Amino acid sequence: MEDMLFYDRLQFAFTITFHYIFPQLTMGLSLMIVYFKWKFLKTKVDKYNDAAKFFMKIFAVNFTMGVVTGIPMEFQFGTNWAKFSELTGGIIGQTLAMEGMFSFFLESSFLALFIFGEKLMGQKLHFLTGFFVFLGSWASGWFILSTNAWMQHPVGHEILDNGKFVLENFSALFTNPWLLPAFLHNQLASVVTSSFVVASIGAFYVLRNKQTEYGKLFLKTGVVFGFISSILVAFPTGDWNAKNVAKHQPATFAAMEGIFHTEEAGSEIVLIGQPNMVEKKLDNKIAVPNILSFLTYQEWHKQIPGIDQFEEENLPDNIPALYYSYHIMVGLGTIFIGVMALALFFLWRKKLHTIKPLLWTIMFLVPFPYIANLTGWYTAELGRQPYLVYGLLKTSEGISPTVSSGNTLFTLLGFVALYMLLGLLFLVLVGKTINEGPTPQTH
Amino acid sequence: MEIFWYIIIGIVLAVFFILDGYDFGAGIIHLFFAKTEKDKEVIAKSAGLFWDSNEVWLVAAGGMLFMAFPTFYASVFSGFYLPLVLVLWLIIFRAIGLEFRSQFKYQMWKDIWDASFGVSSLLLALFFGIALGNIVRGVNLGIVQNGVAAHEGHYFFLPLWDSSFSPLSEHPGVIDWFTLIIGLISVVTLAIHGANWVILKTNSSINSKLKNIIFILNIVLTALTLFSLIVWQTVNPNSFDNFANKPYLIVFPIIYLTGLFGLFFIKKLKKDIHGFVLSTLLIFGGIASSLASLFPVILPSINEIHEPLTIYNTAASEYGLSVALTWGIIGFILLFVYMIIQKRLMAGKIDKMDYGH
Ligand code: HDD
Ligand code: HEM
Ligand code: HEM
Repeated sequence: MEDMLFYDRLQFAFTITFHYIFPQLTMGLSLMIVYFKWKFLKTKVDKYNDAAKFFMKIFAVNFTMGVVTGIPMEFQFGTNWAKFSELTGGIIGQTLAMEGMFSFFLESSFLALFIFGEKLMGQKLHFLTGFFVFLGSWASGWFILSTNAWMQHPVGHEILDNGKFVLENFSALFTNPWLLPAFLHNQLASVVTSSFVVASIGAFYVLRNKQTEYGKLFLKTGVVFGFISSILVAFPTGDWNAKNVAKHQPATFAAMEGIFHTEEAGSEIVLIGQPNMVEKKLDNKIAVPNILSFLTYQEWHKQIPGIDQFEEENLPDNIPALYYSYHIMVGLGTIFIGVMALALFFLWRKKLHTIKPLLWTIMFLVPFPYIANLTGWYTAELGRQPYLVYGLLKTSEGISPTVSSGNTLFTLLGFVALYMLLGLLFLVLVGKTINEGPTPQTH
Repeated sequence: MEIFWYIIIGIVLAVFFILDGYDFGAGIIHLFFAKTEKDKEVIAKSAGLFWDSNEVWLVAAGGMLFMAFPTFYASVFSGFYLPLVLVLWLIIFRAIGLEFRSQFKYQMWKDIWDASFGVSSLLLALFFGIALGNIVRGVNLGIVQNGVAAHEGHYFFLPLWDSSFSPLSEHPGVIDWFTLIIGLISVVTLAIHGANWVILKTNSSINSKLKNIIFILNIVLTALTLFSLIVWQTVNPNSFDNFANKPYLIVFPIIYLTGLFGLFFIKKLKKDIHGFVLSTLLIFGGIASSLASLFPVILPSINEIHEPLTIYNTAASEYGLSVALTWGIIGFILLFVYMIIQKRLMAGKIDKMDYGH
């Protein structure tokens, strides 16, 4: 039983991590493509249209990856988490089915038109199809997050005697207090990713001295979008999420902040330190007193319950991983704001394309928004443990009763091999597209 | 309300097999009959432009099944664990085959992805047929051995095969000689459907040859259909009861037979679309007849202890089903609008179109 749970979790974690690499770029990049296309319609300057078409090529490859890794996610609820599906399908089935109905259909119907239809349709319609692709991908984020929000903070249901969750109030699923902050934060975080992708391709073109005109355009757009989204990710949305966790999942909050001991007169904010689970303390800690209480409750001396206040069985089962995930996300977020602010400053002074160290930094930072996004999800998912549906259904109660660990290990190994191949192909194809660069419009 | 959702999901599934069916079929045709690079390219393109929006129907069917019949979804997805994961892998190989073949000009690169597209299309067609075979045959619900159930009555687990390969064994596997026959029917049907699609959508040089091929495949299909009807009786003896009790259900087999007979005249048909319509009838009739013969059962039990799964004992709550109907109707209206827009903009033979690419 134990190792069945272990492999089910490992497989889910692996496949969702891989899946989420792609949608975050889909969602962010679709916004930026729509921006380029809009800018072209307004100014009639060809380079904006070339930019839109260039990123469309990257988008298309990325989208394919998102789709083919997304289908296993949907299947996995049934294959590996059958008991969970049986008990909660009446609720999260709603949001998952709506995602298919309202977002995947929209996205996929218009994507082919957007990619192949420019000559067929004319510019205005072409812009509109692009806009629908954007709308579809953001709707998809909305529905999947409403699913996740229900798991984090269940609302609108009733539990029957046989343990089944039945829907009692449909609209509660979408007015869930967890949903809006999570959605805004997550979407802005995906804009951070796409801004870094756009800016770093720009930095690459400027640094290698080819396609520098496009390079400057990408840099400028990436830095402006990146600065705005980096700020908004931290404040107000990140802060808002943290308050939600403190309110609804206090045990998670203590664990992710690394607060081992309750402090009567207000909690410190931990900047650095390694959780020591044996002695129940942080090693090598650097912390600032009272800041956490202030950030969370705007009161310097508000008491925040520490890990010592909770029963072992209600605490997340991997506190160090949760703590690191959270601190990596926040740390990276701070770095992004710094770098983007600096870049914005030089952009304003019209010198950005000459400052080589900064360009190199931007170029090599591109994996880090991905890491921030993934660690953000790890914070959410590890923090939800040991529950699948917070407070109501334990993760260990959700797995498929008849699927043995040997079978799960087999499929896990298969997914690992297949996804390594996919990842390699993805890098080769995107690398090729970037290397070729945008093709100028010929009239 | 259960019946409503059963019909909706049935239709969505049928649409999936009709739409994605043509690109599976195109893959099979591509694998066996496309010889020149030009043909390979347009056939791959005739599938490549559409597979993504077609596959969404599978995702939608999955989502709706999850929403409306969660117990069935949980039971079947965990019980058919291995074949489902294999299907997922095949879907991935097929999709990347289609998307990546034209990314480099090297012949080797194209050959690899052509093979990936063709072989996975073929195997997927086979697996989908096998799946249908498993549903009509039924499974050992609750994993009963010597009269004792190892699990709750709605859970089971099938190995890929059992050493006897017989549908009549106590623990049949996913693949046995009966399900294999249904799998073959599916391959042949989808190959016919795909050939019709290629004829409809492209000017490939093999189009006239494909009509011959359809004719021959149709003979094979007729033989397989007759044979399967006989063995169907041994595997599931009650399979005609529903048609006897509710005679109007006979329309589904009639739809199937119309498609089957019509296709014998493939060479005389005036318009390319007619062939495609006939194979559409074939697929729709085949799926609808199989489902109708089981109704209201959706997964028969082959042991005496456990009841079969039906639409009633696996459904979500009445309230859930009725709100979903409200948004479902809105969703379907939107979907029709998208489809009309898409079809209007992408009508005609694809090798004549100028994509500005
Ligand atoms: C570029 C990515 C990125 C960056 C820079 C940040 N986040 Fe984040 N964060 C995410 C990407 C992300 C995410 C992947 O989008 C998550 C996972 C779930 C969600 O809705 O968003 C998330 C979740 C998430 C949660 C919810 C955890 C839970 O549900 O248990 C909190 C409290 C924060 N974030 C807080 C912050 C703060 C205070 C940041 C300050 C800089 C921050 N995040 C930066
Ligand atoms: C896209 C970003 C996501 C990432 C990176 C992610 C990550 C993870 C990880 C790491 C686990 C394993 C947890 C553990 O081992 O303790 C997990 C589990 C799980 N997550 Fe997520 N998750 C994401 C989104 C979602 C969403 C949107 C949902 C719901 C719709 C979801 C549902 C689940 C479920 C059902 C499990 C299995 C049970 C468990 O171990 O907690 N995840 N996820
Ligand atoms: C367990 C959770 C998840 C499941 C079951 C899931 C399911 C799917 C499926 C089935 C697809 C393919 C759709 C198609 O055929 O077009 C897909 C793609 C997509 N998913 Fe996920 N997904 C999950 C997590 C997420 C998360 C957390 C997000 C974003 C917040 C997300 C956003 C998207 C987007 C935007 C797409 C569009 C295609 C693309 O990636 O690039 N998904 N997902």
